[in-house]
Amino acid sequence: MVDSQGGDRPHRTTEIVNAGLKRRYRSERVFKLYGIAALAVAMGMLALLFVTIGTRGLPAFLQTYVTFDVVLAEDTIDPGRTRDPDVLSTANYQALVRQTLRDMFPDVSGRRNQRELYRLISSGAPFDVREMVMDNPSLIGSTVSVSVPMSADFDQFAKGHISRDVPEADRRVSDQQIEWFDRLDQDGRVELRFNANLFTHGDSREPEMAGIWGAVVGSFYTLLITMALSFPIGVAAAVYLQEFAPKNRWTDIIEVNINNLAAVPSIVFGLLGLAMFLNFFGLPRSAPLVGGLVLSLMTLPTVIIASRAALMSVPPSIREAALGLGASQLQVITHHVIPLAVTGMLTGTIIGMARALGESAPLLMIGMVAFIVDIPQGPMDPATVLPVQIYLWADAPERAFVERTSAAVLVLLAFLILMNGLAVWLRNKFERRW
Amino acid sequence: MNQDVSPIEKTAGAPLVTDDPVKLSARDVTVTYGDKRALIDVNIDIVDRQVTSFIGPSGCGKSTFLRCFNRMNDTIDICRVDGTITLDQEDIYDADIDPVQIRARIGMVFQKPNPFPKSIFENVAYGPRIHGLVNEKGDLEEIVHSSLEKAGLLKEVKDRLDAPGTSLSGGQQQRLCIARAIAVSPEVILMDEPCSALDPIATAKIEELIDDLRENYTIVIVTHSMQQAARVSQRTAFFHLGYLVECGDTETVFTNPEHELTQGYITGRFG
Repeated sequence: MVDSQGGDRPHRTTEIVNAGLKRRYRSERVFKLYGIAALAVAMGMLALLFVTIGTRGLPAFLQTYVTFDVVLAEDTIDPGRTRDPDVLSTANYQALVRQTLRDMFPDVSGRRNQRELYRLISSGAPFDVREMVMDNPSLIGSTVSVSVPMSADFDQFAKGHISRDVPEADRRVSDQQIEWFDRLDQDGRVELRFNANLFTHGDSREPEMAGIWGAVVGSFYTLLITMALSFPIGVAAAVYLQEFAPKNRWTDIIEVNINNLAAVPSIVFGLLGLAMFLNFFGLPRSAPLVGGLVLSLMTLPTVIIASRAALMSVPPSIREAALGLGASQLQVITHHVIPLAVTGMLTGTIIGMARALGESAPLLMIGMVAFIVDIPQGPMDPATVLPVQIYLWADAPERAFVERTSAAVLVLLAFLILMNGLAVWLRNKFERRW
Repeated sequence: MNQDVSPIEKTAGAPLVTDDPVKLSARDVTVTYGDKRALIDVNIDIVDRQVTSFIGPSGCGKSTFLRCFNRMNDTIDICRVDGTITLDQEDIYDADIDPVQIRARIGMVFQKPNPFPKSIFENVAYGPRIHGLVNEKGDLEEIVHSSLEKAGLLKEVKDRLDAPGTSLSGGQQQRLCIARAIAVSPEVILMDEPCSALDPIATAKIEELIDDLRENYTIVIVTHSMQQAARVSQRTAFFHLGYLVECGDTETVFTNPEHELTQGYITGRFG
């Protein structure tokens, strides 16, 4: 009895294990399946986002231009023949452009029809001509070939977003205008070109003249201020809290509050900025300086937490080695701990910056949502930032702004990917092994 | 527990009586972590230019005691050291004494080789540099070379002083750490289980090195290996549960221990 039991036991164990094995492997497979499914859903969503934004936004990188010969009549531009820049810049270039259009379509008569004709090209076209003349006044008196953007409606028409089949009353371009457009097209005057305005201009009411450069520069100044403030302050706070501060109730309270601040909704920081920087200190509205201040308040907790984590990850053996040689605490920190932690600190800061770059809510509070055409020349000039520009364009009713909104999102995404890529690269390049 | 250790207390604390010049001495040293006592009333004299080894089972307080000598326990917030420890009759826990100065005079080598993630040269040059021991670059090079020489590492690394210290093998790294400690010209070198992370060949080299170094330095070594204690040290101190049980000439301690706990430990009955 005892013998048989002893002999059976290993055999029975095998049986029991085998019986359960199938179930174990199945649950493992199911678990893996869940994981893969979750990943697939996430990747699918991401792909959907990119495809939607890509297909919507990519056409905005191209713009329809029309080329025609403008007579730069000296009598209109500079009747006194002074070549004085003031005279040149205030001349009536609109008249020149309109004259050109009338000359190309001599059969169009009547003010009303002519106004319809003028709508084919961008109202910004005279500015392009002016720029040309200002750059090279010797052109005055000659006839030059000029390419100007077509108005947004005809740009959309050229890209096929407005169909001829739709009844005339339901579309923004009339049959008459389509006929003019076709004549220009047949003459080979219409072409789709890279939309340089998108990357060189500030905001505009005319979609074809609107660009993100003003917002990019505004974002740049804002982030510059944010970086200049939050990195040194955050690192100093982290080093003090981690390396010098005594462990007592005060530092505990500070630590808890820093962690809480990291979770505060960003709009609260905007309200704080409005009350503090604008109303109390009287700093200028809509300025990147204030935006940077607000965003540094927002990113500071992130930077402090990331920097403390980086400091904590420096192995104690390195500190002991330096202490054992007689280095003072400050020497241990500046010679050994910070050099080893700086990559982690930078990575954390860059990720914080990327978050700040994508932030719009707190900036609405301090007036960075204004319609600003000029490119800001410094952190005190009124400006807007990329995400707020996207917000503004998303609100605009014109079709052409829809694609520009997506294009701006693409640019913002590119910057964010660039920054996160930089953080990953830094981490991999300077990662040390102990 | 007190019942168990009462026989220890009878002999514990008997200072090592010797006519030799004493470098370090501890009187009634008690170390507490929070409310846990790690060392209780330890009295010992460490003789100049000799190797003294601390042995004992894990958790007996030997490493804690070693770290009292260069005030490394100061860095642990909850750790308190009572009693007096003197270096050349000078109280190192005196309020006027800066731990930085103590650590420049008493170097330390740790359990795990811990070179800085810098070049071999910079590793050795770091100590002299922070203490301002050199004024000219030539002097610094000489200190680095002589320290590496004394640590028996110069031959192996002289062509690649710019290579990172972490690129060396474990035994070489530990000798680099010894060279780094020597470069500050300390009077005492504390070694906390310096060979526990090394293979037997690297261990043999370090032991040889310790034997050479004792001509110029007072060495205190904590070790888990009784053979190592027997090989390298002239004096041995046996710790148990925070008490110094026995201290004497290595030969006497290993061949004719006074205390039965020591007898039990060295014959492998516990530990």
